[in-house]
Amino acid sequence: MDIIETVFVRNNLIVAFAAIGLVMWVSYFFANKLTAGRIHGSAIAIALGLLAAYWGGITTGGTRGVSDFALLGGIGLMGGGMMRDFAIVATAFGVKFSELKKAGLAGAVSIFAGVIVSFVVGAAVAVMFGYTDPASITTIGAGAVTYIVGPVTGEAIGASDAVITLSVAAGLVKSILVMIGTPLVAKSIGLDNPQSAMVFGGLMGTTSGVAAGLAATDPKLVPYGAMTATFYTGVGCLLGPSVLYFIVSAIF
Amino acid sequence: MIVYGVALLSLCLIAGMLAGETLGVFMGVQANVGGVGIAMLLLVFASNTDRFKTLTEGAAGTGIQFWSAMYIPIVVAMAARQNVAAAADGGLLALVAGVAAVVVSFALVPVLSRIGKNTDAAGGEN
Repeated sequence: MDIIETVFVRNNLIVAFAAIGLVMWVSYFFANKLTAGRIHGSAIAIALGLLAAYWGGITTGGTRGVSDFALLGGIGLMGGGMMRDFAIVATAFGVKFSELKKAGLAGAVSIFAGVIVSFVVGAAVAVMFGYTDPASITTIGAGAVTYIVGPVTGEAIGASDAVITLSVAAGLVKSILVMIGTPLVAKSIGLDNPQSAMVFGGLMGTTSGVAAGLAATDPKLVPYGAMTATFYTGVGCLLGPSVLYFIVSAIF
Repeated sequence: MIVYGVALLSLCLIAGMLAGETLGVFMGVQANVGGVGIAMLLLVFASNTDRFKTLTEGAAGTGIQFWSAMYIPIVVAMAARQNVAAAADGGLLALVAGVAAVVVSFALVPVLSRIGKNTDAAGGEN
């Protein structure tokens, strides 16, 4: 046992490559055999990943899903922000300037529309649940933007720790739902071309959610959605503790 | 050389991240503003420019394509390290807020895509 643990922990990134490779193989096998290709193999793989993350979270009590198991620690590195951003940028290889220009305006509009709409929805839900102070309402609204905007806003305007935690949870629910839901609704919302993918990225904004949701829908759309999504959190952090907080304060 | 493409990709990401951090400081925001998006623009620019041909064609190009192909496995690893337990523990408020935000945003995708096309068409007519 000791020998296995030593080797696995010392080579944790390599273990992660092997483990994820196995998950991909199993997922594509099931996608082709059981669903005859109707469900994308990567959608199944992402769902399995989320299930494993839940299991890891309740078993270890940690915050980093399955990577809190020492033997699978490398998954934390492989799926961390550094590798994710590196691979996202690589998907832009081969993208044409003309496609970006076509959707440039709609993409930019969608970023602001997305932040404001998610904020208003989140703030309305907070009011529905009985919150009356502007700091809490703003922080929960910001959490519905992304799980990064929530705590950044909450800390800036002095919301309570409990509310900040809630805002992170709301953002996580959003991110996970985008991962799972995107391939299911893609057809009905017209998500099948670079332009709508850019609008989609700007509206959803959660980089992880958009990255995984588009990967499971059509990998060719990934660079377009990711491009606008990466501006979203920055815009959210800009508007949350400032304009949006002032507006909420003026109303409540 | 494969590493030329990998190095170009790395330089794009570093330059984009630096620009994103600078934008964040400039805007007074505690976040990286569009670093990855800027990096992607740099790579699109490089792969559409003749001057960078030696870094994007042949073996060098396969160095970039490799990481592009590793994207989905990396996203699966990313899913496996999310704090799903905390999302499930957030209670009804977090669930309702998250779900409602996603549903409304999904519904807006066709609306905004259309606005983009309408202004496009109007611009063409003028």
